[in-house]
Amino acid sequence: MRKEGRFWERLPRAVAGALCALSLSVGVPVTAGTMLTASPAMAQGKTLRFAFQGTLNALDPYSLNETFTLGMLGNVYEGLTRRDKDLNVIPGLAESWEMLDPLHWRFHLRKGVKFANGDPFTADDVIFSADRVRSDGSDLKTRIPADSEWKKVDDNTVDVILKSPNPILFAEWDTFYIMDKEWCEKVGAVKVVSAKDTNPGPSAYEANGTGPFEIVSHQPGVKTVFKRNPDYWGKIESNLDEVDFTPIASDSTRVAALLSGDVDLIEPVPVQDIKRVRDDPNTDALTGPELRVVFLNFNQMRDELPTSNIKGKNPFKDPNVRKAFYQAIDIEAIDKRIMRGLATPVPLLIAPQLYSAPDLKRWPYDPAAAKKLLTDAGYPDGFTVGMDCPNDRYVNDAQICQAVVSMLAKIGVTINLNAQPKAKFFAKVLAPGGYDTDFSMLGWTPSSFDSWNVFTSLATCRDASGKGGPFNLGGYCNKKVDELAAKILVETDKAKRDDMIHQAYRILLDDTSHIPLHQQSLSWGKRKNVEITQRSDDQVLFYWASIK
Amino acid sequence: MLAFAIRRLIQAIGVMLVVAMISFVMFRFVGDPVSQLVGNDTPPAERAQLRKELGLDDPIYVQFARFVDKAAHFDFGISYQIKQPVSTLIAQRLPATLELSIVSAILALVVGMPMGVYTGLYPHSWLSRLFLAISLAGISLPTFLIGILLIFIFSVNFGMLPSFGRGDVVSLGGYWTTGLLTRTGLQSIILPSITLGLFQMTLIMRLVRGEMLEVLRTDYIKFARARGLSRRAINFGHALKNTLVPVITITGLQLGSIIAFSIITETVFQWPGMGLLFLQAVQNVDIPIMAAYLLLIAFLFTLINFIVDLLYVAVDPRIRIGGAKA
Repeated sequence: MRKEGRFWERLPRAVAGALCALSLSVGVPVTAGTMLTASPAMAQGKTLRFAFQGTLNALDPYSLNETFTLGMLGNVYEGLTRRDKDLNVIPGLAESWEMLDPLHWRFHLRKGVKFANGDPFTADDVIFSADRVRSDGSDLKTRIPADSEWKKVDDNTVDVILKSPNPILFAEWDTFYIMDKEWCEKVGAVKVVSAKDTNPGPSAYEANGTGPFEIVSHQPGVKTVFKRNPDYWGKIESNLDEVDFTPIASDSTRVAALLSGDVDLIEPVPVQDIKRVRDDPNTDALTGPELRVVFLNFNQMRDELPTSNIKGKNPFKDPNVRKAFYQAIDIEAIDKRIMRGLATPVPLLIAPQLYSAPDLKRWPYDPAAAKKLLTDAGYPDGFTVGMDCPNDRYVNDAQICQAVVSMLAKIGVTINLNAQPKAKFFAKVLAPGGYDTDFSMLGWTPSSFDSWNVFTSLATCRDASGKGGPFNLGGYCNKKVDELAAKILVETDKAKRDDMIHQAYRILLDDTSHIPLHQQSLSWGKRKNVEITQRSDDQVLFYWASIK
Repeated sequence: MLAFAIRRLIQAIGVMLVVAMISFVMFRFVGDPVSQLVGNDTPPAERAQLRKELGLDDPIYVQFARFVDKAAHFDFGISYQIKQPVSTLIAQRLPATLELSIVSAILALVVGMPMGVYTGLYPHSWLSRLFLAISLAGISLPTFLIGILLIFIFSVNFGMLPSFGRGDVVSLGGYWTTGLLTRTGLQSIILPSITLGLFQMTLIMRLVRGEMLEVLRTDYIKFARARGLSRRAINFGHALKNTLVPVITITGLQLGSIIAFSIITETVFQWPGMGLLFLQAVQNVDIPIMAAYLLLIAFLFTLINFIVDLLYVAVDPRIRIGGAKA
């Protein structure tokens, strides 16, 4: 009892001591922190600390066909082709190529290239990769035609034999990364890592490419460390030795990390914080048009819209109703108020950087004309319809939809908005959910940067299961567009092909197949001493980054 | 005693089964995991194939039975997104969460108790009023707001402390890593532990204060004073000691909620623990991680309750719930 009493007597002193220690440990880092930020730049080479909103998960380059993942892996792996800062196709691991005839291509491979583990790069690796990318579990099967035949001519030459002509054969090969056959066979990574595997191979967390950087450690969702590949075959303009990538999901934390100097580069900067990042003397924001186009879909397949008060018919089957909706939306107001001037209105389902024509323009904003179109179509009092929108997929997606709702209210249309997380949204509006949407928002970047992808994904006829244009959410269908798309696919004469693309876009515009809204803007935040090229496909490529 | 323990154990298993079942029913409303697993261009036929291979087409009770069967063998499957075994991922993330939770709990105790004692002893001093005002803020401000305020004050404005992450960590063998042995690690834990511990701190402070006020009115304190004991002996030796039983109970129980509710703090500070893993999993509909995490939290709570129950029986012979001779 007596001893215990002493213990309790001592307690206040112990507490005071602990508090003292606590205040010390708060106080000490003031100096330590400043030393810390200064030291890495001096001691070793330059390190770029990069934070992105999402995580980098499996490192298998064929597991997920998604821009951020493929962009990150593009620092480590290389394809036969590459794209320069303006997205033009340039030689990569293939030094040159030629079309022997429309069905027969020959690729000459770069000599003296080595993978990060020292294995030489040869034609065997290309053939192996072409088989692997088409194998079960790959998400990048569309990179090469399924029925194409790949033949090794010699160690540095590969022939590709096609069943039908393909003018855009290698449009997506900058992200069809070549893997090392020997390495894959040695470590057990021949199979593509897939979610259904019970024992995924090491390609989920290791990478072995020919690129200018290597991944030295990878903890998904925590930190990934890239180191410069000392034996890289080419010259790069970057002065970085190391890149530390951390995901920071919370918008305000990400911005705070940049402002406080804990990271050097962040993506994205929320549009409402861009001014703040620009105003800070140590940071800057890089903005530019992104290739993704955001648009609205009308359901034109259903005979009756379940969310509408119009029974027995589907008002969206009438092109005039669609055009009325189009002309009721004040795109300039959306871009000024919601996107803070960081969006570009577009007339087509493709970004103007990829395709544009002087005569293909947006229908003007004209609520009076819209009201008249609606009245003429037999809906003088408007009608009610439901709308599906994601709320965490595109920049300010839910706010844009809210604006559309209030603009359409002015012509008498009542919209019941259903804004939901992307995981729920896509489950509802895509094929597995039976395309269960009457009016919806979607964004699209053609992965080949070519219009054929736009037509065949978004605008060709489809059936209920999604056969045809799988992402044609509204089921717009015009046989002429289908015919043109089929011809565009195989036409190798550029002038003829461009003319057919023009015709197809003209039809889409005249039919008001969709309502194209805008291109959103890329917004990266960086410390002033970071120099980096922002390419409009939103890949973050370290070999164009330097720290001054 | 043994019969009581066994009965409690069976109840605990029942509770976990119910948690697993409820979470499985909820997964149906989270969204489509397959659309998060493939790129935009992947055709519907391949998506359907993947869904079938993952067993997502099976009726919910079949999926549930499969999950329980595997979980009984400690096999929680492969994360859809990260494509590594869930048990490994959780083992890697657990140390970060436990470290943060324990530091927060200690912080709450070490700061909250003296504040409670002081406000109990001098209820009308201006310092007590200040403490009470702070505790009001601690109870009423949401965690994420406190976290962001701290980041903007101490990281952005003063540049004193890191704004996110765990700093450098040291491996202690196996999956266990600690940030408590490096300078950046120690700097990094300050803001998140304050954020996470603030609510518990105010809770403990108010609890100690209330108990102190009550105890100080009792007869034995009056007699102790009459006997001429020193103030310190009375206040700390007798009064505080008698307030500690409920404080210890609450602290123990709160440790469970600190671990479970570290999700928000971990998200604000990008603290690489289990909570962050869980939140990322929810956004991506990574069902294996969600299921395993919920089960683990249920396990932690039942374990803590189980120990507390056993302690009650051991400490207080009056609590003989049904089972014993009475």
